[in-house]
Amino acid sequence: MIRRFCMQVVFAVLVAIVTLYAVLPFLWAVISSLKTGSALFAGPIIPAHPAWENYLSVFRQQDFGRSILNSLLVAISTVALSLSLALATAYALGRVNFRGRRLLLFTVLGVSMFPQIAVLSGMFELVTVLGLYNNPLAMIFSYLLFTLPFTVWVLTSFMREVPRELEEAALADGAGPLTILVKIFLPILMPSVATTGLLAFIAAWNEFLFALTFTLTPDQRTVPVAIALISGASAHELPWGNIMAASVIVTLPLIVLVLIFQRKIVAGLTAGAVKG
Amino acid sequence: MSAGLATRAPLTIEQRRVRSAWWFVAPMIVALVAVAGWPLTRTFWFSVTDANFSDLSVAQFIGIDNFTDLLADPVWWSSVRNTLVFTFVSVLLETVLGLIVALILNSHFPMRGAIRAAVLVPWAIPTVVSAQLWNWMYHDVFGIINESLIWMGVLDHPVAWIANPHTNLWAIVAVDVWKTTPFMALLLLAGLQQISAEVYEAARVDGIHPVKVFFRITLPLLKPALLVAVIFRVLDAMRVFDVIYVMTGNNQTTMSISVYARQQLVDFQNVGMGSAAATLLFALIAIIAVIYITAARIGKET
Repeated sequence: MIRRFCMQVVFAVLVAIVTLYAVLPFLWAVISSLKTGSALFAGPIIPAHPAWENYLSVFRQQDFGRSILNSLLVAISTVALSLSLALATAYALGRVNFRGRRLLLFTVLGVSMFPQIAVLSGMFELVTVLGLYNNPLAMIFSYLLFTLPFTVWVLTSFMREVPRELEEAALADGAGPLTILVKIFLPILMPSVATTGLLAFIAAWNEFLFALTFTLTPDQRTVPVAIALISGASAHELPWGNIMAASVIVTLPLIVLVLIFQRKIVAGLTAGAVKG
Repeated sequence: MSAGLATRAPLTIEQRRVRSAWWFVAPMIVALVAVAGWPLTRTFWFSVTDANFSDLSVAQFIGIDNFTDLLADPVWWSSVRNTLVFTFVSVLLETVLGLIVALILNSHFPMRGAIRAAVLVPWAIPTVVSAQLWNWMYHDVFGIINESLIWMGVLDHPVAWIANPHTNLWAIVAVDVWKTTPFMALLLLAGLQQISAEVYEAARVDGIHPVKVFFRITLPLLKPALLVAVIFRVLDAMRVFDVIYVMTGNNQTTMSISVYARQQLVDFQNVGMGSAAATLLFALIAIIAVIYITAARIGKET
């Protein structure tokens, strides 16, 4: 009896440690973002009077609003583009048995393992030739490198699970493949498409290497580049309050989305990884 | 006559389906060639030229000079070393921690759903943000980590975690472990949930010690999920860029292969050298993937 109780206490402590480990650093970012001046470096851990100046000065000094708009434009366009390409592909790969299907599927999987740096010089050339340098369009184009394989792979595995009868009934009615895809599969797969889109959105929202290399001026930067390059009067005087405020602004929506779609995200991630 | 039609008709539908299938995949193939195949080929080509970042159109073929220069560069070798150490240590720690978290989440306790959601938080944070956040926590004078460790009596003076060449790579590994353990835990949790409860029930009835159950039953049954999760993380860690670049920039003591290649490409404008480094990283990752997949196949067959 006592032994069992001890085990439960140990288990509860373990759960508490894991939870604190996961959550505390972000909480610290929130707390730090509400401190200014010397309060950041000294004084009570939790400020008695939260200071909102950091949140205002991020938008005044860095034009962070522009970066957020750039990021939204890039992420939403990337998601829309890769979802439409991937849905058509997933229909063919998941529902039709054609020669070269497996080869195509494995090529897509192979591309998802490409290190981004391996295409960087070739992509830079392409971006400059197309006249997209220092333009958010460069990111929308280049992000397909990682969003496309991922969305194709996940949507194909979801597409396979749809019962055959639904499609056969539509085929018997003489519906063409495009009609079947839009009228039959899209409504059934809507939740999976939304999850896959959310995961692709997060990947595009967070991307750093291409965004850093393909932009030059601050007004074209996406959020990760803006946050990485926030600087103060000197390297030793980084405005930590501002950096933390900017971090909280771009992370809080993501955390909320992830918490809401938690179960679906796990399903999407495991469909992408385990079924391979 | 009617029987002949009946056998031929479904065939033509199937043929039409196959033909339309190619129309459905064609746009995706074009896009993949444009964003992956073509740029990769160009990188391979640049690696044997003297291409310069400011004007890529005047590249001259110079043979394997970039590769010989690369192999003679001590900074290249330290970037290889850093990448391998980073990959090995972070994936090892993530696997062990991820397994522990997955085992916890797989048991029944109050508020399990809320805890599982909380564990996902680091994964949802952009890498650049988590790098900046930990930079702040690691701050050499005012960082919360130094303050806490001094308060607990572990340290008697603050440590410059990021500036000190003996601690900076480990500090970065710790950030990556924090950020990626949730992903690992979720994949392993999915694997754990596929193991049927009857197996555990049988072991419990037989009175087998829980530790023995873990090593004899859980771990072998979890092996497929574990292998997939580990290879995903290894291939991802090999190409690490964001966390290292944001935390320590082009510092040689922590530079990964990706950071090295980008420095050559952009900062030194030496597209030839940078492409050579990127090509070698690509080859390294491809070799690891092939070896791993082959080994996993052989392991499955025997």
